[in-house]
Amino acid sequence: MDDLRELYQETILDHSKRPRNLRGMPEANRRANGENPLCGDRATVYLHVEGDVVRDVSFEGSGCSISTASASMMTDALKGKTVAEAKALFEAFHELVTADPSKTAPAPAALGKLTVFAGVHEFPMRVKCASLAWHTMRAALEGGDRASTE
Amino acid sequence: MSGPRGTKAAIDVEAIRREFPVLRETVRGKPLVYLDSAASAQKPQAVIDAEKQFYERSYSNVHRGVHHLSMLATDAYENARGKVQRFLGASESREIVLLRGTTEAVNLVAQSYGRKHVGAGDEVLITGLEHHSNIVPWQLLCEEKEATLKVAPIDDAGEVDMEAFERLLSPRTRIVSFSHVTNALGTVDPVRRMTELAHAAGAVVMIDGAQAAPHLAVDVRAIGCDFYAFSGHKVYGPSGVGALYGKAAVLDAMPPWQGGGDMIASVTFAKSTWNELPYKFEAGTPNIAGGIALGAAIDWVERVGLGAIAAHEHELLEYGTGLLRSVPGLRIVGTAREKAGVLSFVLEGVHPHDVGTILDYDGIAVRTGHHCAQPVMDRYGIPATTRASLAAFNTREELDALARGIGKVQEMFR
Repeated sequence: MDDLRELYQETILDHSKRPRNLRGMPEANRRANGENPLCGDRATVYLHVEGDVVRDVSFEGSGCSISTASASMMTDALKGKTVAEAKALFEAFHELVTADPSKTAPAPAALGKLTVFAGVHEFPMRVKCASLAWHTMRAALEGGDRASTE
Repeated sequence: MSGPRGTKAAIDVEAIRREFPVLRETVRGKPLVYLDSAASAQKPQAVIDAEKQFYERSYSNVHRGVHHLSMLATDAYENARGKVQRFLGASESREIVLLRGTTEAVNLVAQSYGRKHVGAGDEVLITGLEHHSNIVPWQLLCEEKEATLKVAPIDDAGEVDMEAFERLLSPRTRIVSFSHVTNALGTVDPVRRMTELAHAAGAVVMIDGAQAAPHLAVDVRAIGCDFYAFSGHKVYGPSGVGALYGKAAVLDAMPPWQGGGDMIASVTFAKSTWNELPYKFEAGTPNIAGGIALGAAIDWVERVGLGAIAAHEHELLEYGTGLLRSVPGLRIVGTAREKAGVLSFVLEGVHPHDVGTILDYDGIAVRTGHHCAQPVMDRYGIPATTRASLAAFNTREELDALARGIGKVQEMFR
């Protein structure tokens, strides 16, 4: 069960059962829909960006515990960040879940609690679950309205 | 499996298991529990050997050379076609077109028969149980021809609403296409009745038998359908090969689909003429070894006995249904009166992907997701299910392991 507990950490289970910022956002000025065509998971990410700062961020959608927790924790992490910081966090998170931990530098401190997703690396089939909301968020910031993990 | 546990020994499961080399594999130190045969079945040694021996001893292209190996290869390949013919109950081997699989067969019928016979304002009828390969080829056809794709709804149990099916048939219905057994839920459709009704409306009938061929005896003449397709890989044979049965008169009147070697009688730059059936629909060098190994798979199934396999799976299905019904928070999706080989379910508060990952950790292989049947999932208002599917080599103990694994999932997500 060790690797499984690495994947399903308490924080992840908590966010999957009680997702934060799971709501629509009428005042959003950036939004995108994301889809993982392989499994049918869907996410909509809403951002309210003022000047260069992400004032509010939320999501709606349905998915597995990994994708729900990832979206929930992402929204927590992004509030108050600048657009550049948000994009940098995307890169750091992507590296965290896809790169071989033995061959890369330790995860950047900016990831904070998000490092609980490091266990996803051991489950390649679940990387797309963990990164769906992040791809969608980046698409929204870059002015696209759709993201796909494919 | 016989004895105190009370399973009727219609087949000797332990002996069958020894014929499947992959069942000796372990996953993270645990014995493999393979409950994903509806996605693709494992292969017995006889099938693996047939393919290997062909490559080692008699490989050559077919229908071309005059040399010894070409003759051996052609004989073996045509022999396999004959086995498919008998397996489906077709009257002639020229009614059997060997293709890549069921998906290619549906596309062939849609593109060849469909493009010739379906026009603007015409209709194609399918059911709400179909998977993507029996939906999309018809959508492409209907879009091109400005025809309408109609869908017969299903009820809560996962059975086709036969009254609606009958009502949706019209004088404009040109083709009716449905599964014999559905992949997402395991429902066995009343194919004879559906075929009669479609014929009475003047339409031809295409049956997707991919999920039926491993589980029940097929007799295309008794069903009366115009086309029937199945895939080798679901019936313990290789991937990348399958067959389309078509009534000779219907196939004969159809234009070729793909052009290339084997499908022509003569070629000049002004005009080419087509080869006879079934070669008219077999352009290019086929999956020769796959076809021969498909023949070996049919031999294997017939040696074990399709009736005995069906009885064994039915017993497992009842046992598994009982086990899963006793799990709190678990709902079985698809409760048709007649089912074959599939236990699809959802677990309250847990997404199927998480179920799949945790089961996999114990070496239990199930399919999770929409099973290439998104409309079926939409019908039940769920994004996905976990699907355990059965084959000749499965045991009660494996279903017990599944139930224990589900217990573990629930513990994790409590």
